[in-house]
Amino acid sequence: MTPPLETTESTAEVPPEVTLAGASRKAIEGRSLSQIAWLRLKRDKVAIAGGIVVIFLILVAILAPLIVKLIGHPPNEFHYDQVDPDTSLPYGSWGGISWDFPFGVEPINGRDLFSRTVYGAQVSLLIAFLATLLSVIIGVVMGVIAGYFGGWVDAVISRLMDIFLAFPILLFALALVGAMPNEVAGLNGYWLRVSIIVFVIGFFNWPYIGRIVRGQTLSLREREFVDAARSLGARSPYILAKELLPNLVAPILVYSTLLIPTNILFEAALSFLGVGVPPPTASWGGMLYQATKWYTVDPEFMFPSGLAIFVTVLAFNLFGDGLRDALDPRGRR
Amino acid sequence: MRKTRVTAVAAGAALALALSACGSGGNDDGDGGSTSTPAFNAAVGHVYNPSDTKGGTLKMANDSDWDSLDGGDMYYGYAWNFSRLYLRSLVTFKSAPGKEANELVPDLAESLGESSSDAKTWTYKLRKGLKYEDGTPITSKDVKYAVARSLDKDILVNGPTYFSDFLDLQGYAGPYKDKDLTMANFKAVDTPDDQTIVFHLKKPFAGFDYLAMLPATAPVPPEKDTGTKYKEHVVASGPYMFKTNELGKSFTLVRNEYYDAKTDPDTGRKALPDEIDVDLNVNQADIDKRLLANDLDVAVSALGVTAETRAQVVNDPNLKQYADSSPQPRTWFTAMNADVAPFDNEHCRKAVMYAADKEGYLRAYGGKNGGEIATNMMPTMIPGFREIDLYEAKSKPNGDLDKAKDELKQCGKPDGFSTNISYRAERDAEKATAEALQQSLDKIGIKTELKPYPQSDYGKLYAGNVDYSKNNGLGLKIYGWGADWNDGFGFLSQIVDSRVIRPAGNTNFGVKDPKIDQMLDDALSELDESKRNKIWGDIDEQLMKDAYYLPGVWASTLFYRPERLTNVFISDAYNTYDYTTLGVQK
Repeated sequence: MTPPLETTESTAEVPPEVTLAGASRKAIEGRSLSQIAWLRLKRDKVAIAGGIVVIFLILVAILAPLIVKLIGHPPNEFHYDQVDPDTSLPYGSWGGISWDFPFGVEPINGRDLFSRTVYGAQVSLLIAFLATLLSVIIGVVMGVIAGYFGGWVDAVISRLMDIFLAFPILLFALALVGAMPNEVAGLNGYWLRVSIIVFVIGFFNWPYIGRIVRGQTLSLREREFVDAARSLGARSPYILAKELLPNLVAPILVYSTLLIPTNILFEAALSFLGVGVPPPTASWGGMLYQATKWYTVDPEFMFPSGLAIFVTVLAFNLFGDGLRDALDPRGRR
Repeated sequence: MRKTRVTAVAAGAALALALSACGSGGNDDGDGGSTSTPAFNAAVGHVYNPSDTKGGTLKMANDSDWDSLDGGDMYYGYAWNFSRLYLRSLVTFKSAPGKEANELVPDLAESLGESSSDAKTWTYKLRKGLKYEDGTPITSKDVKYAVARSLDKDILVNGPTYFSDFLDLQGYAGPYKDKDLTMANFKAVDTPDDQTIVFHLKKPFAGFDYLAMLPATAPVPPEKDTGTKYKEHVVASGPYMFKTNELGKSFTLVRNEYYDAKTDPDTGRKALPDEIDVDLNVNQADIDKRLLANDLDVAVSALGVTAETRAQVVNDPNLKQYADSSPQPRTWFTAMNADVAPFDNEHCRKAVMYAADKEGYLRAYGGKNGGEIATNMMPTMIPGFREIDLYEAKSKPNGDLDKAKDELKQCGKPDGFSTNISYRAERDAEKATAEALQQSLDKIGIKTELKPYPQSDYGKLYAGNVDYSKNNGLGLKIYGWGADWNDGFGFLSQIVDSRVIRPAGNTNFGVKDPKIDQMLDDALSELDESKRNKIWGDIDEQLMKDAYYLPGVWASTLFYRPERLTNVFISDAYNTYDYTTLGVQK
């Protein structure tokens, strides 16, 4: 792999007369880091496929009400006519799949699995994005401070990260959700639960980002351009914001993308364990949990939510890996 | 409460009469007879696969654990059923299919109790030749000691309190506090000789034989009693004794060689297997799988198969022929909390009664395999039961929205209101109920939020906690209640008597009607059985008028009897298989 700066260097070495030619001039035009990264990313077919799926999922989540209005039924609406009252199972084979219910229906109450899967994307992505955002904000702030100032600040923050990493998040989440009062800071019900989940996932995952940012900052702060800025009289806030942060964007972006699928899985796990979003809101983890109880008689029930989680996590991971390779090719070993 | 508890025995002479009368509401499957052809409900009213072949190992598993294996410390219906394998009480229920099982027969005693004319003194004579597992003879003093120790609810916390309620104790608090193994201060029970035991009551109780049936009357040798630790090694008086007992994990029963079947002519115990293995705290889904695979014989806690296994069984004729469906004296219902506005207004409660989708409620419990739509609270087999359909549950099973809206108007909330629905998180049927209620109430503008709580603390900390329910606005609380006994008092008292409401751990989720309290008292002092049974029905009717409870489903349970079981039948006394007659094909 070629280092990212090589192109610019070679531009400098090219004799001036050659650059005058129209076609080749365009070819050797100076490119920014992001342009180079984009070029690399474009060459990575797998990552692009992942990216397209990610964009598709985001669109599905945003347009869920519209999609469901066009194709399915309201996600919480019961369809008793689709379910045998005495066996609780959907009429018809494959979990009641029909033109009207393309993914089949839930046992007992006949809710439309297509609609619920589509709405499940909303919950999963919303929580995963918000939690990742929270992790990134805390992680970057703490990481930069620790890396830049060093000394006892670094020691304190690093130990703090160790403590957080050693924390049994899942158990803590179970306990916290159970112990939460009905109303906190004016929030209740659905949004309170979403906030708690976002908080738990986001707040306890920041050290992963924090450590990476700290490491990058440690190496960056010794670089010449930082020394130069400092010798010109720049103060710490300026150096942090203008010199260090732009150079940290790449790793932050990459690890955010890789953190999102982890958080999707975490949300699914919480819903699976019964402390996710409250029913009847559809969530993939909750649907999967219900489905595990019916697999002997209605295995189809597992597929929509299970595949949704699988595809989403895979897409984000592929895209994230591609992005990392594109932004930091030397990281690929 | 996880398991059905025997909720009450009391109600004076009610029981003896009540039970003999209950055949009228029973099933029509016929009683007696036997069959060896596998068929759905083959063990209901018949002995399925009769056999006298001894030997083999009967394998049982429990999805949780006994409250205690100590006869003086148990309250679960299945524990009482099972206890007869290793304990013998003075009298017991007959091991016979169908309603014959509600008949009391003498066990340790030679005959049922002989009462004085005022029904305040009861005398039992023990049979001769009774021995413990170590060969020492069983005397009436040991029965007296067993009763005495069961009085101490600080040590033996689980059992019922009927002996304290009825015996003329004169301040006696049990041998642990009294520190006297001769029980000189325990004057309520006399033992004039080693064979005879006399109970003195403080008030007449014509149904005292039902107390003599409690496992707390199974003899305990005083010198072997270790209080709370006695459950680690209960000294057997029945046909089996403990070989191993690892609390919380498993135990094994083997034959008690000193049990003499000649001393046990009346109960119908068979004692066929040589060994009985019981695993504890086994995952319920695993239990079902092992049952279907013939790798396990009995799910001992008698909850029936899970909803998912039920769907599997009823959909497969090969499996269904090994299943039995037994109605249970249990009602699944939703309580409306008058502490939470606007449920203090009866019209708002009635709006819910009308709007609720009763068919949806039944679907949540598995359709006709889970029971039938309940129109009122008392289960059908309880004497005094009559159908009281004030809210058109039968004619409009999906709810009557017009009448519901009309009630909302009268309540002053024509556009509806918001409230919360609580349920036990582990129970899928209750979750499905909550979702069905949410859907149906939404149609008349009642917005609801679902609140799952762990079932172990549901009564103590959440729905059964007055302050918590009030502060957290739990307006609708999903619950269920059962009596192992087919008796009005046993079913109703703990869920309708406003005087039993305490700060936490309630089972009455908010019924406060002085009229009902008065009727309960009337019923207890009414000596005429048919009049008393009518009062139970009247209380039920008043309860429906008050609309504190939305009745949901009169429960049935589906049991699975693996192929190799012999002598299987549902006992109407325990509403599950009788455990003392089971055998296994080798």
